[in-house]
Amino acid sequence: MNTKKTLFDKIWEQHSVGQRNDGRHLLYIDRHVIHELHVPHAFKRLDLSGRSIRRPDLTVIVQDHTVPTRPGLELISEHIKITREYAKKYQLKLIDVSSEQHGIVHIVSSEMGFAMPGFTLACPDSHASTVGALGCLAFGCGTTELEHILATQVMVLDKPKQLKVNITGVLQPGVSAKDVSLYLIRTLGVNAGRGFVVEFTGSTVQEMNIESRMTLCNMSIEWGARSCLIAPDSKAMDWCSKTPLSPMRDQSLSMSAFWENLKSDDGAFFDQEIELNCSELTPQLTWGTDPSQVVGIDELIPDPQDMSLNDQQQALKAISYMDVLPGERIQGIKVDRVFIGSCSNSRISDLRAAASIVKNQKIAIHLKAIVVPGSTQIKKQAEQEGLDKIFLDAGFEWHRSGCSMCAGANGDIGLPGERWLSTTNRNFENRQGRDVKTHLVSPQMAAAAALAGSIVDVRNYL
Amino acid sequence: MNSFTQLRGVVAPVLGDDMNTDQIIPSAYLKDVHANLGEGLFAYLRRKPTGEKNSDFVLEMDTYKHSKILLVGNNFGCGSSREHAVWALQEFGIQCLIGKSFAELFRENCLKNGVLAISLDDERYSIISNFVSNTGGGELSVDLEKCEIQNKDHKLCDFLIHQNERYMLLNGLDDIGLTLGNVDLILKWEEHMIGHHSFLQSSITTGY
Repeated sequence: MNTKKTLFDKIWEQHSVGQRNDGRHLLYIDRHVIHELHVPHAFKRLDLSGRSIRRPDLTVIVQDHTVPTRPGLELISEHIKITREYAKKYQLKLIDVSSEQHGIVHIVSSEMGFAMPGFTLACPDSHASTVGALGCLAFGCGTTELEHILATQVMVLDKPKQLKVNITGVLQPGVSAKDVSLYLIRTLGVNAGRGFVVEFTGSTVQEMNIESRMTLCNMSIEWGARSCLIAPDSKAMDWCSKTPLSPMRDQSLSMSAFWENLKSDDGAFFDQEIELNCSELTPQLTWGTDPSQVVGIDELIPDPQDMSLNDQQQALKAISYMDVLPGERIQGIKVDRVFIGSCSNSRISDLRAAASIVKNQKIAIHLKAIVVPGSTQIKKQAEQEGLDKIFLDAGFEWHRSGCSMCAGANGDIGLPGERWLSTTNRNFENRQGRDVKTHLVSPQMAAAAALAGSIVDVRNYL
Repeated sequence: MNSFTQLRGVVAPVLGDDMNTDQIIPSAYLKDVHANLGEGLFAYLRRKPTGEKNSDFVLEMDTYKHSKILLVGNNFGCGSSREHAVWALQEFGIQCLIGKSFAELFRENCLKNGVLAISLDDERYSIISNFVSNTGGGELSVDLEKCEIQNKDHKLCDFLIHQNERYMLLNGLDDIGLTLGNVDLILKWEEHMIGHHSFLQSSITTGY
């Protein structure tokens, strides 16, 4: 029997409470981080059931999806109001709109120390595993599961299969974790991760800073993965030790035994292993309406005639919706709006990278461009570094933190027909507004397009 | 939760792979706590930007307005974790989905709401899709006890479903109640961790 274990095996086994009478696994959730979009339904049902919250001390709510981010706009959604009421009723810690700790829930989890190496975390949002970058095993869940975790502090799961993605190669200037993610989805398809927890390994991942790793992990759900992990190294430990609620701050605790061996053993079994070399990678962007419909910046919009019958139908639909032509150069297509933000790319290094392109320049006259920092802390840090001024001088709007135009749940959506370059994670039809055409890109690519007013190669702007 | 044993109803084909949750229920319908999610189901496919009904879309056709079953493609329900996608289907009247495959979170959300999501291999899928295209609004029966899809009393094909899921659906079990039946396991785990790795159990609500 193979006694060698993967990182996932280790965290799973440690948090396995046992099997339920119906055979499904119960996994203990160390940190339950909720956002307001699911609160009204879940808490109403909890109320009706007469059950209590098992561990309010391990539960926190962050208001992010419906938060108005536009400066001066004080509109408060019904979700936010109801969430305040429930937080009060159940004495739950609430990170509210005006809090110093406010931000997009996954970013808050990483900044506050909710997400820690070797811990488990659940969040009613598909991008929960963004914090896999810290070696925290995180699962997204639906509203009923949220209620389930409130009442029991465990999650019901079938043990997933395991997939290792080994990424090698030195990334060229102008190429980032977002490009790696898009290339990965382009290569594997949107289904490849289904049923798997993914571990990212390899020299490219090791070289990445924590924020880039978060982008990589954030995008893993877009190819279907249930969760993902990166083995915590000194960068991850360093990040976590600085967070205000990290138990690492308590000198009396001995955590070294817990953190020892938080990595996959050599020779541990993965159901599948994939190798990806990124040394020749160019900036990537989506041309269609799912995140696998990707081309390099030097390439042409693909011709559906060259595709399999199944891909062909999807591609024809996408081409029609996106209003592009088969064989057309992607460079030079006019852009109406640029959005830099979301749990995919709104961290300080993302803003720095975009600002370095924008500095002392002006955005194209016809275009609207918006930056929404991922958290209040990031916003403050950026302002200390003068990044806000760089963006504002160039003609960008500078917003408060929140999910904003990624999901449009705060009402910030585009106008019909607009074409967007967006640093978010979903380019689905109508996602950012009815008939809005979204191309997913890195922050640097978004910044360069804002200057040019069209899709351009960021490598000419470095 | 209502139990799912047998269901007979019209099957509406909403084909195409990778149908995502933004298509199933656009975020505009999530903003409003009291939104009619049944109205919001496939809102942008069912209605034109002007608000006018798109009579080309299957669920707007008279034949399919009262469908209880959807025939879908691969990776149905991909995208976000929003359970509103399942609620929207339910509010419209859909209680069963037959497809090639489903996104995991979506399928899990179906199970928790008593909606049966059946994945079929190519051979079985084509039997059902042929039936749907040949009859155009014909009714099928889904029998979860026998794990069969039937045309009247005639079996078209069987289907596979995880025993646990079948048990949950057949009995309309409350997932939380089922877990609380094992509360001793949870208590034991917590006690063990307080003894061994107390920081896992330390409150995250202090220090603000």
